[in-house]
Order: sequence, then C-alpha cells, then structure tokens
Amino acid sequence: MTTSAIDTNPTLLGVSPGAIDTIPALAALRDETLRHLQETGFPGPKHEEYRYTPLTRALEKLSLDDQADPTAVDLDTYTIPGLDATVVAFVNERCVTPMPEIEGLIVKPLQEALAEGKGLDHFAKIADPKADAFVAWNTLAWTYGFYVEIPEGAKLSKPLVILHVSDGSVRKAARNLLVVDRNAECTIIQKYASTGPATSYINVVTEAFVDEHARLDFYDIQADIPGQLHFNHARVLQKDHSLVNSYTFTLEGKIVRNNLELVLDGERCESHMYGLYLLNGDTLADNHTAVDHMKPNSFSNELYKGIMEDKSRGIFNGKIYVRPNAQKTNAFQSNRNILLSEDAKVNTKPQLEIWADDVKCSHGCTTGQIDEEAMFYLMTRGIPKATARAMLLYAFAGETIDVVPLPAVQKYLVQRVSQRLQRNDL
Amino acid sequence: MLSIKNLCAKIGDNQILNGIDLDVKPGEIHAIMGPNGSGKSTLASVLAGREEFEVTDGSVDFLGKDLLEMSPDERARDGIFMAFQYPVEIPGVSTINFMKTAVNQVRSHRGLPALDAVSFLGLMKEKMKLVDIDQSLLNRSLNEGFSGGEKKRNEIFQLAMLDPRLAILDETDSGLDIDALRIVADGVNKLMTKDKSIIVVTHYQRLLEYIVPDFVHVLYRGKIVKSGGKELAAELEAKGYDWVKDSVAA
Repeated sequence: MTTSAIDTNPTLLGVSPGAIDTIPALAALRDETLRHLQETGFPGPKHEEYRYTPLTRALEKLSLDDQADPTAVDLDTYTIPGLDATVVAFVNERCVTPMPEIEGLIVKPLQEALAEGKGLDHFAKIADPKADAFVAWNTLAWTYGFYVEIPEGAKLSKPLVILHVSDGSVRKAARNLLVVDRNAECTIIQKYASTGPATSYINVVTEAFVDEHARLDFYDIQADIPGQLHFNHARVLQKDHSLVNSYTFTLEGKIVRNNLELVLDGERCESHMYGLYLLNGDTLADNHTAVDHMKPNSFSNELYKGIMEDKSRGIFNGKIYVRPNAQKTNAFQSNRNILLSEDAKVNTKPQLEIWADDVKCSHGCTTGQIDEEAMFYLMTRGIPKATARAMLLYAFAGETIDVVPLPAVQKYLVQRVSQRLQRNDL
Repeated sequence: MLSIKNLCAKIGDNQILNGIDLDVKPGEIHAIMGPNGSGKSTLASVLAGREEFEVTDGSVDFLGKDLLEMSPDERARDGIFMAFQYPVEIPGVSTINFMKTAVNQVRSHRGLPALDAVSFLGLMKEKMKLVDIDQSLLNRSLNEGFSGGEKKRNEIFQLAMLDPRLAILDETDSGLDIDALRIVADGVNKLMTKDKSIIVVTHYQRLLEYIVPDFVHVLYRGKIVKSGGKELAAELEAKGYDWVKDSVAA
C-alpha cells in the first residue's frame, strides 16, 4: 500500500486524529476502515457513482489553512427567522452555543455517547463505511456531531437545528447518530454556512434509526455556502409503521454531493423525499438518493426538482430497490429540471431494481426550458418580463416548498428562493 | 385610438401580412373576418407583441405612441388586452395570484395605488359575476384542466379586471357552446364604453350576433380586401368566403 490516494494526498485525510481514536471499543473498526480506504482510495472520474462529480479532484487541489482562527461569526445571519427551535452551532469544529438540555431526551456529543457505550449498536452499522470512500473518511476523521435519542413515546417539541459554520479554508467532518424510539417523533434541521470567499470542505454523515411507529422529519438546507466542497451522507433505517420525511434544498456551493438513503426494513413504512436544487454560477449539485424496500406493504414517494442557470450542473440519481419479499410496495419517483442557459447541464438517472412482482412503481424525469408561451401570456397581462420569469420558475420550484410542514421554514425558503429567481437585468 | 398603416409581417420566410390599413376610433367595434390562413390571428398577435413575428414594414400608432417599439407588457399596461384563441395552461400559478400582480402593475402605471387584499377581492367578486365564473376555478392553477368554455370565460374575466382601452378578441367564439357564447358576449358588452374599442377576430358570424360591430373587414392573403358595416358579416355568412376570393381574383 505505497501509492494509495491517502498516502499521496495528505489533504484528503485529516492530519489531526478523529474522535474514533479515543474510543477503544471502535479500534478494530477504525483499523479496518483505514485499511479499506487505503486499498480503494477515493473515487476518480471513472467511478460509476462519481462520474460527473469531481469531488476527489477538487479536494486534491484544495489548500487548507488549518491555523485559521475562527472570527466572531454572527449566527443570526444564518438562523431561520421566526423558527422556535433549539439551535446548536459549530464554528469550524468548536461548539459556540451551550449544549442543549432537553428534558426526557438524550442529546450529547456523539464522542461522549460512544465512550459510554451508547449507540455502538448502530454506529457505522447503518451507514457502512465501505459503501463510499467519503463515508469511510468521515468515520475516521469526524471530530464533532451529536447523539440524539428520543425515548419511546416522546416528542421533540421544538426542531433541533444543527448549524455548521465553516470560517476560512477549513476542513471538517461531523457525524450524527439519531435514534428515534417507538412512537417517538422529532425534527432535525441541518443548516450550513461558510464565511468569506475561501473554499472549505465539510463532510457530514448522519445515521438514523427510526423504530416502529416513530417519525423523523429531516432537513438539509444548503444555502449560505459559496465555494464550499460539501459531502453529505444520510442513511436512515426504518422499522414497521414508521414515517420519514426528508427535505433537501441546495441553493449554493461549489460541489455539493448529497447521498440520501432510506432503508425500509419494516412493513407499512412511509417515506417522502423532497428536494430542490436551484443552481447558478459554476455550482455543481449531485443528489444520489436510494430507497430500499425490504419488506411488504410500504410506500415511498420522491420529488426532486432542479433549476440550473449559468454554467451550473445538476445531477440526480434515484435508486429504488424492491426486494423479493417486498410485495405490495408502492414506490414513486419524479425528477423535473429546467435549464436556463446554454451552458447549464443536468444528468438525471432513475435506477429501479425490482425483484417482487406485485408492486406499483413509477418514475419520470423531464428536462426543459422556461415555457416561452406562458411568458408571453403573462406579459400580455402587463407583467414585466423579469416578474413573469420569476413567477413561472417559482411555480415550478414551489411544489417542493409547499410541502414543508414548518411554516417558518417554509417562509424562509419562499423568501430565499424568490429572491434568487427575481432578476433585474432582463 | 389605433391607427395601422401598411402593416407587413412574416414568420420565418413566410410573409403573412401584406399591408394592412386600419383605423379604430374610441367607442368603435371592428370585426376582422376571413378564411383560415388569411392572417387574422397573426394580426392579433402582432398587435399584442408576439416576438415570433417580424414586422417588415408599416407602422402602428396606439394613443399617440409607436406600438411596435413597445414590449408586450408595456402594451398591456398602456391599455391593450388580447383574449387568446388558445389560453395557456400554467401549472402552479393561480388566476387570482397572477391577476393580483397584473392589476397592480397596470394600476401603478396609471398612477393609482396598489389594491389591498380586501379591495382586490371586492373587485374580483364584481367581475366574477360578469362572466359567471366560480372562485374555486380562479384559485386553481391557471387554465389547467379547464374546459374550453371556462378558459374563454377566464379570458373575459381578466379583460374585466384589467380594464383596457382596446380589447382584441382572437377567435373567442371557437370552442364555445351557445350558452357560453352568450355569457362571454354579454360580459364584453357590459364592459364596452364610449372611450373603449374592441377588435373581434372571428371566422364565423355567430359571435357578431351578440357583439354587434360597427365595421366589418374581410382579410384575405394578408390584406383587407373588403370593408363594410355589420351587414357585410351576414352577407359573408350567406355567400361564403369563396365569394370574396372570387371578387379579389376578378
């Protein structure tokens, strides 16, 4: 193992030891993961799952400033106005807010939880480090993140917002483990920000276990991260009668890769995946999603929409697996895209693998331009071109925002998206 | 109000209008009739500002302004309204929502303050009655899943909301049954005042039984070949367009 990607590219692997090094119970996992990563390296342009997403190359070129001292960051800039939530903020790897104490719940740094033996039965078991080199790297390198456990029957009254702020050319890795016990409910919102023009790298892996009759609402809002290289991986294991709603909004970033995987290891599960990528400049956003129906009688629905402007690029890959045992599965997927310029691109690929015979599955993907006839119609009613354009694009994108159940988050997204769609140079 | 001189227009290499002359004064209703492909809808589209058509010659003066220099939205704010032959379906945009934007754009252009929610609703309720349209329809995505009659009534509803100086009705009668035709025509007639004008583009005479024109013009091969009073429409109905074609050829 003399020429692995890690050996030749120290940038790819953190110089400082990750939290996993402090947990004796995970020593074997650590060694095995490191060995695996050294063998496989990071995905290059020929890797099927990273064909369009040169994250490895971008990371190789990244020069980091590990000495960067966090400046005073005004967190209010990045929070969601009017949202009654528990906010925990990290500037680089340091927690700058008090650790939340929520009665009846266990919320603590994941490192601390694992050291006490909590979460060991799920850690790196829901998200297999060998499945993706960046997950493997995260497993070795993460330094912060949460263990959240919602005990049986408990409901998290306020959403928990985890704010990841990158200040300067920094690299950081975070790891979360969410355990939602039977009949419990919670809403987790991850929000990101990077300050200044510097390129930063963030790698976040979240594993979630959603037990019988439990509900998890999971948000990723990637809105204030110009120039960021962003890897985000969430894998959720669902049990009988559980409900998972996920909302992924990508408005900025240099390269954003979102892996979202729902494993429906139970009957009568319900899963909804909504996504919007609204891209401009040279942003590349890649959403790789997977729904794995392992047991009968479950329902999944996925709607992702994209608007690409300038030289931006959108990538959507939607996998649906229906295992032989998963009869009476209902699985739906839709991906719709609008390209606003000659140089904008989108690659969309539905990937359905169905081994059961009594199922209802459908998928559809479209790519088009703005409807000129509709533009003309609105203009003949006295509406200026820029407003007409914004109205039509909002009408397209709005379908993914209208479904957001938290009014304050919905309002925030409406405002952010409308602002981006309104242009005054037309 | 509107003065068209020697208007020529083409789409691609296809010359469609070959020198149209037409004067419309306040308070007048003009009907443009003609066989299929004569250029009727092209004339309506050019007046509304559709970009696919290239004006190759001529001029159009609207209330003292060069209409051809104006964008479609400027024309609309200055008081031109076109009711579409095929109204566009726009998913995700409700009639109410986009009308609120449109009405306030027009009002601001006229130096009037924007309508608040209550006044807008009041105006809307009043105009809804005019074309017998239901509010639930207006809450839905614009024209999506509407019947032919509902789409045309929605066009006249928008006409009523925007209160233009010149209304151009492009084949508004197509796809309407007799009851819907009467409702639409009644709505238009109620909106007509002395300072407003209407251009009715139609293939058939039947709409003109309800919206009675002061002048009828017959368009053929991109030119007005015959003009007359409302009796010309009846004559066309009786003799057919071949009569016009023959007289042009002769």
